[in-house]
Amino acid sequence: MVKGIKFKDIRFAGDPVELAGLYNQQGADEIIFLDIGATYRSRKIMIDVVRKVSKKVFVPLTVGGGIKDIQDMRNLLNAGADKISVCSAALQNPKLIQDGAQIFGSQCIVLSIDAKREGGSWHAYIKGGREDTGIDALEWAKRGEEFGAGELLLNSIDADGTRSGYALELTRRVSKKVSVPVIASGGAGNCNQIFEAVKIGEADAVLVASLLHYKEYSISDIKNYLRLKGVKIR
Amino acid sequence: MIGIIDYEAGNLNSVRKAFDFLQKNSRVLKSLKDFDTVDRLVLPGVGSYGHAMERIKEKGFIDPIKKWIESGQPFLGICLGLQLLFESSQESKGVKGMSVFKGTCRRFTEMKVPQIGWNNIQIQRTTSFLRGIRDGEFFYFNHSYYVVEGEKEAVVAKSNYGIDYISIAKKRNAYGVQFHPEKSGQAGLKLLKNWVERC
Repeated sequence: MVKGIKFKDIRFAGDPVELAGLYNQQGADEIIFLDIGATYRSRKIMIDVVRKVSKKVFVPLTVGGGIKDIQDMRNLLNAGADKISVCSAALQNPKLIQDGAQIFGSQCIVLSIDAKREGGSWHAYIKGGREDTGIDALEWAKRGEEFGAGELLLNSIDADGTRSGYALELTRRVSKKVSVPVIASGGAGNCNQIFEAVKIGEADAVLVASLLHYKEYSISDIKNYLRLKGVKIR
Repeated sequence: MIGIIDYEAGNLNSVRKAFDFLQKNSRVLKSLKDFDTVDRLVLPGVGSYGHAMERIKEKGFIDPIKKWIESGQPFLGICLGLQLLFESSQESKGVKGMSVFKGTCRRFTEMKVPQIGWNNIQIQRTTSFLRGIRDGEFFYFNHSYYVVEGEKEAVVAKSNYGIDYISIAKKRNAYGVQFHPEKSGQAGLKLLKNWVERC
């Protein structure tokens, strides 16, 4: 498993199967695997990882990265994924969200949005943050919901791996715009920033990666902090 | 042997994997004749209310399931599998549910729909099913419709998502849970274990 900064400078961060088991023990509420390579070979590895993890981890598993069609979704679901996250392919062909939602249900389809600030607004990027589509991220979030996405995974490219806090304004604006749950992703550096994502960003859930991978905090540290701050949390 | 009812509307693997993990034997039931090979039934929930009922009907499962429950044999409905035991749902108007329980399903209106995530349960009465589960324990929910209270005596636990709804129901030896025990970590596994060993 690897982790990058602003979608670049990718570093090795551990074995995915092992880490999923560890995070499960620590009380993770959900585990998200994103295949950032998204090559034919890496997808086969991902299927194997999902198969192994789903035998011993009994919290929801979301898998994404390079999902191009219904067959990709089906393969991962059969391997043990509970939800599929789509990004680039959905922007190029929004019907993929619709078809996925129709076949597997909205609860199964997570629309992942890689957003980057452009002046006063945010653009949706594709191909792992390499290509600007010029599409407004907020508009895209709304359309994604209309197409049938059951959740939004909102990644701030600007904040990713920086540990300077979540993109609060972006998160809040998306959260206000849609009526499906929004998962804030990118930028967690300490527990208070995670609290802010929930409180100020109005995120329904938060994704934490670097903080955990590099063992700076455990999941229970974070949860205890949020609990003290009055967040209703498992 | 646990039988997991397959009505060809989705993935049964996760329930199966949870039983495997608990070292409880289970098999997938594809047709009526398979019902004789098991002594416990699980009805998982996938897809829409109408579509699921249609598939269950086509497969000829409705009466056998009702008889199974009537005769007090162990049964567990999960998520939509709970809702299908009630009479109807706003999701698919005009479709008749299995009507084991009185009551209907309505769509959430107070909060974000679907409810996707962890929520806690308020236990209304003790059963062997909940042994070792504390009041207020969190489980993983993923649904847009909820069960409106019909028969008070059927309610084992409630949850709140802008409105109170039934999260665990019981009648004879049939339980229905609105959440996904197979996705609810340790608490969920505990519940499944209780169901096999104590119900």
